[in-house]
Amino acid sequence: MYWNTRADDLVVKAIVGLLERNPNVPKDRIDDVAIAATTQTGDQGLTLGRTAAILAGLPKTVPGFSIDRMCAGAMTAAAMVSGSIGYGMYDFAIAGGVEHMGHHPMGSGVDPNPRFLSERLVGEDALVMGATAERIHDRFPQLTKERSDRFALASQQKTAAAYAAGKIQQDLVSVAIRTEQGWGLATHDEVMRPETTLEGLAALKTPFRPHGRVTAGNASGLNDGATAALLASGDAAKEFGLAPKMKLVSFAFAGVDPEIMGIGPIPATEKALRKAGLSIDDIDLFEMNEAFAVQVLSFMDHYGIDDEDPRINPWGGAIAVGHPLASSGVRLMNQLASQFAERPELRYGITSMCVGLGQGGTMIWENPNFDKKAKKRA
Amino acid sequence: MTDYSTIDFGPLVALAGDDEVVTHSFVRDIRLASGKTLALVTLDNGRDHTRPNTLGAASLLEYAEVLDALKVRAAAGEIDAVAVTGKPFILAAGADLSKVAEIPDQETAKKFVQLGHYALAKLSDVGVPSFAFTNGLALGGGLEIGLHADYRTVDASAPALALPEVFLGLIPGWGGATILPNLIGIENALKVVIENPLKQNRTLKAQDAFELGLADAIFPAVNYLEDSLKWADAVINGTIKVKRPNEPGKLERLAKWDIAIKIARDTLAKRIGTVPQAPYAALDLMKAAKSGTRAEGFQREDEVLAELIAGDQLQASIYSFNLVQKRTKRPASAPDKAIAKKVTKVGVLGAGYMASQLALLFVRRLRVPVVITDIDQARVDKGVAYIAGEIDALLGKGRISPDEANRLKALVTGTTDKADFADCDWVIEAVFEELEIKQAVFAEVEQFISPEAVLATNTSSLSVEQIGAKLAHPERLVGFHFFTPVALMPLIEVVKTSHTDEATLSTAMVTARNLKKNAVITADTPGFVVNRLLAVLLGEAMKAVDEGTSFETVDKAIAPLGLPMAPSALLDLVGLKVGAHVLDTHHAAFPDRFYRSENLHKLAEYGTLLEKDDKGKVKGFDKGALKIVAGGKNPRTAEEILVALEDGLAREVKLMLDDSVVAAPEDIDLCMILGAGFPFQMGGVTPYLDRVGASERVFGGTFHTPPVRGVGA
Repeated sequence: MYWNTRADDLVVKAIVGLLERNPNVPKDRIDDVAIAATTQTGDQGLTLGRTAAILAGLPKTVPGFSIDRMCAGAMTAAAMVSGSIGYGMYDFAIAGGVEHMGHHPMGSGVDPNPRFLSERLVGEDALVMGATAERIHDRFPQLTKERSDRFALASQQKTAAAYAAGKIQQDLVSVAIRTEQGWGLATHDEVMRPETTLEGLAALKTPFRPHGRVTAGNASGLNDGATAALLASGDAAKEFGLAPKMKLVSFAFAGVDPEIMGIGPIPATEKALRKAGLSIDDIDLFEMNEAFAVQVLSFMDHYGIDDEDPRINPWGGAIAVGHPLASSGVRLMNQLASQFAERPELRYGITSMCVGLGQGGTMIWENPNFDKKAKKRA
Repeated sequence: MTDYSTIDFGPLVALAGDDEVVTHSFVRDIRLASGKTLALVTLDNGRDHTRPNTLGAASLLEYAEVLDALKVRAAAGEIDAVAVTGKPFILAAGADLSKVAEIPDQETAKKFVQLGHYALAKLSDVGVPSFAFTNGLALGGGLEIGLHADYRTVDASAPALALPEVFLGLIPGWGGATILPNLIGIENALKVVIENPLKQNRTLKAQDAFELGLADAIFPAVNYLEDSLKWADAVINGTIKVKRPNEPGKLERLAKWDIAIKIARDTLAKRIGTVPQAPYAALDLMKAAKSGTRAEGFQREDEVLAELIAGDQLQASIYSFNLVQKRTKRPASAPDKAIAKKVTKVGVLGAGYMASQLALLFVRRLRVPVVITDIDQARVDKGVAYIAGEIDALLGKGRISPDEANRLKALVTGTTDKADFADCDWVIEAVFEELEIKQAVFAEVEQFISPEAVLATNTSSLSVEQIGAKLAHPERLVGFHFFTPVALMPLIEVVKTSHTDEATLSTAMVTARNLKKNAVITADTPGFVVNRLLAVLLGEAMKAVDEGTSFETVDKAIAPLGLPMAPSALLDLVGLKVGAHVLDTHHAAFPDRFYRSENLHKLAEYGTLLEKDDKGKVKGFDKGALKIVAGGKNPRTAEEILVALEDGLAREVKLMLDDSVVAAPEDIDLCMILGAGFPFQMGGVTPYLDRVGASERVFGGTFHTPPVRGVGA
């Protein structure tokens, strides 16, 4: 639906929507705008953070920059500006991301150094994300295709339920789109398939290997999207009477073998928990990016979490709504924040995702609405 | 009242044939946040923004059909609102006028007007609230689309909203003249319909349009359509109540309306005379719009507009419009732009008033170093100081930034040493209008400059070729005749001598364009185009006066041409001395055709023609002046003088064309429109001369085949 919409316009509209929702924030007090995109050319080029800031009508005194960590672009943007806030350099910052995978298909314009293969620095599967997911199935034989398909089906169902209950829409920004029938308005995610069945999933092709396990059904969709989030210091939030939705506790990024990148969230989460002085048992809610079902399941198995544990992606995830690479990190934050708002019994939550070329990223958040009594009742 | 649905519009579509670029009306249902459904009509002709949406017969019929279908859906409860918007940057640029010259009769003209009413009015009768989202350019019929909606929003970045019809010899006749004053008040409507079009077709920016009441809400471009939909949702649901402070109330209708119309009429008569029909027709329609129904107003619009379309003035206006819009972009006989030489430094010979004006224009538009010179340092310093002062004045008015002012001032230098002209690649002279002086300054500077540098003269009355007689390289000399005031007048006559080479001519044409002027190439003949024809006019006027006709009668005689000013006012403006000089020069060149007036010399000596009050307002003719010209024994009637003038003009234009002074009659008209302010509705001068029979009387033919005229009432 965004074929005739520019990528930069998508993220600009996300920023405008963000500022409309936070009218108390003086625009000239925003210290930086960090926007992520994986493919930083064309309508995702020209230092997006700066161009998007100008296009969104922020004062010219507000600077901006572009940032890239593939799938974790927006998450990295949020983490890095948080670091700057924590160090006292920034009061307010905008972090977000965009990926127009229609205009910029995955891997377009890349020119990998031949040494990666000649020196066997990475396996040949490292640049094909579906192939890295097949590798997870190889490493953990107990992670069967059937488990992946079940997880995928649940994701579709949970997202459909959340939509029906009107929980997702509050975080969406409508975008006018140009079509052959004239102007239209995009008001919700396009790719959801609530009609999905296990039988249907079982019948899908496995494009990465003959008789493989990874299918279009148990992987995230490739689509177009953009996100933006506002981060602020505690003092600044207080000064302008803002009600924070989440408080950042810690974040971490970590690397693994690139050819099995999907397990990246595990070491990243270990690190983030260690920095926060928390254990996995302290985490009440997980917003995991569902790049592939198997990759989330590997994380859950590692921590002994049941496949159907209600703490994991209660409103579904990327398998249903898609994964426009660099934008997804902030979508996870939004979804976590909305659940924090309606569930004061939750104290800590994490957002976590795997990243191409063998990485993972995790951010741990605290619920400002946390209420001990509510926790006891729960 | 007219039942538009019974009219067969088929012949109009047939007339346009396959040539119409059809603006389609696409529809998509939009689900609003409240759950209501808005049917969004997008006007889109499938071309990019360089070819705006226009409304021809097929486009209007499709729009009408789409709105009919939406009315049915509205009645069935399927939709809760209808909105119309356009393709990116453009709502619509108005009626498709490309076929106006081919409309065969007044009946067909009327049908086209009626078709507009038939289609556009459907938006006000769709059965649910209707909206116009003016997302960009909205001119004429494009703006009128929105006037039929119940509510309007405008994109803050919309470059132009206007009803330019009167500028073109039309009236806003698809509801504009009737609905607008009832929406935004009579005074505001007069501004949009009359005042702006006659100020060089001025248009409104979005914010101004919003403040006038042409839109109920304004939203920034970044989220314009999204915000408009949100706003429409709130209007439908009653959470936003639309207020229209400019909507005329009873008091305005009773006390203000007629007075405003009268004031406008008087102002018009004073400014442009009573020859142009369209502005007065628009005034009549707006006066009538004070009371009665819309349908009555639309019927009046049908009548008036059909008559104008079939009339002479509209055809001449369209002719003029095409000259100014299109012919200026591709000047006749202009050599290839590619061979133009680069102008990276400009030398101006002279530092007086004209020279300083030229230097200022060159530095502002070309932003290259400009060096001026004169016979002594004091004059040079005065010139440079004047230019710096003018730049500061622009800065003071906020027209340029401080950085730009610094940049421009640093580019202007003065010198008494012609060696400083060595690296100029364009040198223009604006010294005293005397052949020997001009020859001498060019010969002097030629010692210092490169053989390729272009030399330009701003002479108005001398032979360019003779000015270059003492040059070693006369092939790089070209005439470059500006009109005063230099900053404002859009014409340059580029004069080609028998020596001027193609590269020089091309450089002159490209430089004119870079100065944001329109250039017409003329031969090196006395007076070029504009002054030669003005000399005919002034000569005939002075001849009549010398023979004993009063100045009043002469002024009245020439009024039917609809010129921006009467001969007496023209003489007052250019100065009596200049007037006398112009007549002398032309008389000297063509003694049997051009009149020389001894009385004008006496008047010039005396110094005054018009009696004015303290504020410069003309009260009448100066008594002393009248005494000077008294004594003629053979006064003529106004009619006789007019015929003599028309014949004089036709004869002179014909001779100019026979001598290839310019490429075509169109270039004569372009010069007279841009250089002398001859009106659009006259088509410059040649369509008028054909129309009044002067061409036929003088040379038994017409300048245009077929003549530029209407199909008749």
